[in-house]
Amino acid sequence: MATSERSSGVGGTSGASEPREVVVLGSGPAGLTAAIYTARADLHPLVLEGEPSSTSDQPGGQLMLTTEVENFPGFVDGVMGPELMTSFRAQAVRFGAEIVTAKASRIDLSSSPIAIWTGDPEDPEPTFRTRSLIIATGARSLMLNVPGETKLLGHGLSTCATCDGFFFRGQPIAVVGGGDSAIEEAIFLAKFASSVLVIHRRKELRASKIMQDRALANPKISFLWNSVVEEVLGDTTLQGLRVRDVVTGGVSDIAVDGCFVAIGHEPNTSLFAGQLEMDETGYLATHDGTKTAVPGVFACGDVQDHVYRQAITAAGSGCMAALDVERYLEALGQG
Amino acid sequence: MGNATVTVTDGSFDEQVQLADMPVLVDFWAEWCGPCKMVAPILDEIATEKGAALRIAKLNVDDNVKTAQRFEVMSIPTMILFKDGEVLARIVGAKSKSALLAELEPHL
Repeated sequence: MATSERSSGVGGTSGASEPREVVVLGSGPAGLTAAIYTARADLHPLVLEGEPSSTSDQPGGQLMLTTEVENFPGFVDGVMGPELMTSFRAQAVRFGAEIVTAKASRIDLSSSPIAIWTGDPEDPEPTFRTRSLIIATGARSLMLNVPGETKLLGHGLSTCATCDGFFFRGQPIAVVGGGDSAIEEAIFLAKFASSVLVIHRRKELRASKIMQDRALANPKISFLWNSVVEEVLGDTTLQGLRVRDVVTGGVSDIAVDGCFVAIGHEPNTSLFAGQLEMDETGYLATHDGTKTAVPGVFACGDVQDHVYRQAITAAGSGCMAALDVERYLEALGQG
Repeated sequence: MGNATVTVTDGSFDEQVQLADMPVLVDFWAEWCGPCKMVAPILDEIATEKGAALRIAKLNVDDNVKTAQRFEVMSIPTMILFKDGEVLARIVGAKSKSALLAELEPHL
């Protein structure tokens, strides 16, 4: 979509400064691992880390909205998600990665060097040019897309359990979803709420066994199976949810004071529409490691992985992308 | 902990915010809120740059539950802009500096 209005032509660097060796888009485990490795290889990476928000689309990525991470190797007693990402970032900075708190607003992969805009995408000159690009923009939480949702976001409806759980002390709440993140939120929220109802569209959870066992053993947590939320009820604050049973078709209203949404993710790939190959849900296609179909453009982490989606696998693929970039630039230099 | 911002409490809220002689943006925050930490340095910058037109006050919701409830804060960070005792704008969730300024500037 961004290719219609090209600036001064191939290789034109007027305005934008010298092209970078490598730019990393994103600052979750994949992006920052790529930054650590490319910085140590003296490629002086520039990281566009994103912009603050209260969704997972923020610097540090999805781990910024989590609490205890128990399965990241090397941390015997677990580590807090935001703390882990702060360490990743500090390690990248230590080796000379340059980090900018901005989001790309437009990318032109057809120009060489690759052109990247932050701020106004209509500017004639790109903000940065780069010989190689590592895409680690990750995935963001899906919303319900039902009536009442936009109006009541921040008024009882939340995307951040760690931010907002506190406000529901002693109150009944619901969590929508059945994966690991939904169950982790339910367990966390049960510390505050009087009761937590997990609403899930299937009759069994997708969450890992250990998380399931913990949730099932928690007396405050109960389950509503085969059910989807059709409407978020309330005028100025959330009063309840209208829920439909997907088997019987029956509709009922449930009174809760709060609702937390954790129904899955979609990749942040809209910048690359029409420029890179994606699967039907928008995840980037990679081959031979982290390569995309465009030379010099590599993808790692959740933006290209809807199967494993772990911090450790994202970090691993970030390392792969950095090594692939090194080889690519080396070959260019010898070309 | 920028010096440009002021700290308000349940006890001082009316005097420092409701009766203030200039617009006051109150940041409802808490120590355990990641997005609050990201928005804090941005608010410090805005306080320094816009000090003549806007005061920025921080209210810790852990210690000041009454004021948080009074303004129905159910999600943090929430930033509420007050002028002459009235609520002019309410911003929920961490945002970039440019997005915050875009919401604030029409009221200053």
